[in-house]
Amino acid sequence: MTNTGLSRKNRVRRSADDRIFYAVSYVILGFLTLIVLYPLIYILSCSFSSANAVSTGKVVLWPVEPSVLGYQTVFENRNVWVGYRNTVLYTVLGTFINVSMTLICAYPLARKKLPHKGFFTFLISFTMLFNGGMIPTYLVMRDLKLLNSLWAMVLPGAIGVSQMIVARTFIINTLPEELLEATQIDGCNDFQFFFRFVLPLSKAVIAVIAMQYAIVHWNSYFNAFIYLSDSKKYPLQIFLREILVMSNIDTSDIADPETAIAMQGLADLLKYSLIVVATAPILCVYPFIQKYFVKGIMMGSLKG
Amino acid sequence: MLSKIRKKYGRYWQLYVFLILPVIYFAIFQYWPMFGLQIAFKKFTITKGIWGSPWVGLKYFRKFFTAYQFRNVLTNTLTLSFYSLLASFPFPILFALILNTVEHQRSKKLVQTITYMPHFISVVVLVGIMMQIFHPMIGLYGHVMKNLTGTMPGDLFAKPEAFPHLYVWSGVWQNFGYNSIIYIAALTSVPAELHEAAQVDGASRFQRVVHVDFPALLPTVTIMLILRMGHIMSIGFEKTYLMQNSLNLSRSEIISTFVYKIGLGSGASNDYSYSTAIGMFNSVVNLLLITSVNWISRRVSENSLW
Repeated sequence: MTNTGLSRKNRVRRSADDRIFYAVSYVILGFLTLIVLYPLIYILSCSFSSANAVSTGKVVLWPVEPSVLGYQTVFENRNVWVGYRNTVLYTVLGTFINVSMTLICAYPLARKKLPHKGFFTFLISFTMLFNGGMIPTYLVMRDLKLLNSLWAMVLPGAIGVSQMIVARTFIINTLPEELLEATQIDGCNDFQFFFRFVLPLSKAVIAVIAMQYAIVHWNSYFNAFIYLSDSKKYPLQIFLREILVMSNIDTSDIADPETAIAMQGLADLLKYSLIVVATAPILCVYPFIQKYFVKGIMMGSLKG
Repeated sequence: MLSKIRKKYGRYWQLYVFLILPVIYFAIFQYWPMFGLQIAFKKFTITKGIWGSPWVGLKYFRKFFTAYQFRNVLTNTLTLSFYSLLASFPFPILFALILNTVEHQRSKKLVQTITYMPHFISVVVLVGIMMQIFHPMIGLYGHVMKNLTGTMPGDLFAKPEAFPHLYVWSGVWQNFGYNSIIYIAALTSVPAELHEAAQVDGASRFQRVVHVDFPALLPTVTIMLILRMGHIMSIGFEKTYLMQNSLNLSRSEIISTFVYKIGLGSGASNDYSYSTAIGMFNSVVNLLLITSVNWISRRVSENSLW
């Protein structure tokens, strides 16, 4: 038939056009992927090389004169351990507080008939648009005697407004009012309903917001920077700032440096290893939890 | 009367119990500081406290507008914001459009996993990585430039004019992948029939990107643009402060770092009132920006945040 002949001819012509298009787009994608990946691989390779190879620039792609000296130095550094311990504590406790507070805030606001719901929603949303700023917040923390305490690390930001909205939208969509009404006939009150139905059925959204909160805690340095003064309470990010950005390396912690030059080389090597040690936990876990972040963004983009 | 109240609220008292802690949280950590903003209009001293300090009117605002740093700080803030917006806004959109044409699912997944990765690196580590890689002596940049030109290059972190580029492009590197998620999601919901119809009409893949995929993204693009425009003055403190040093200060001092230095970073001469006034100026401009952008967008299109 002439018709098929025509379309086959068309397909051939199209695929020639498309072949160029696909080739170009694959090249662009490959290039972007490499741009993202190369610095990461470079850091990793440097961290496993010798101090000399790092400072003379022999590392291009793979480790040169492989050694784990950098890592030894990192793990001999007391501050790294203190920082790690504090960061884990702040992340676990902080995330627990975040998730609990977010859910008890989201559940009532997900209920259709709550009187004055609009008032509460406005009260909460407004904080996204306007806030007291650095000094007034600092003064409140000081008046509450929270400066330099664990609570300064976990209480501010206890409820993220966007996470609260994501949780609320999820509860509205997965727990219909009819379910509540049916359980109410059986004598179930709101507390029981929350613990028996809302929590178990919200596992997906709990995972999503918990991941988001945990990453924020793990990576944050601002609150610690402003509110903490006792170095025993510093999270890892503060020590990282001192070592990576300000180049303050506590030399007493570096294992028997032979010369000043060797020490300088070691100091640079240490930075590469430290970057890996500080970031590896997240980047190793991240491919497995990637879907939660993607899900979170999609839930957030739904109009609730 | 009483029975009326009981009838209205009685069934819901438990829901209010749920809200007690969240309301306390917002009252203490969000609204209490807003009351503290009054010190921008007062000469605050610690001994007299927020309520006891004497009013001074707009003194501190006037001080900021006439300060010799004012122009510089404002220019830096705006340049950094607009440059950031211009450079980082289109990338995720283009990336999503191209990635969407990949039919091999596993390579698509791999590219996504890799490009989302830098988003999870903390600012401190990001700046640390930049300082290592751009180190003029031991960094990759130093070695490459030395091989190309024969001499050691200057330190980029010490060059004021390099600061905006370092700031903006490291941001693009870190976030273009992650920021594309929302666009990729929007693209997967483009109905297959549209593509099939375009194919029947003889459209090439490129033409389908331009005439089918891109129009489907436009509503999302508008919303994201409103959000970004509304935050044009709230460029972050953390990364700027970390990248800042005394040599690049002429381009890297922005409102938020200035607020920190006046209020908390200068030891005995910390000036709470002055710092609060500067911060408040910034917050008010932000509030005005986002409400007006939202208002305009609601008038012009159906897209708005509220």
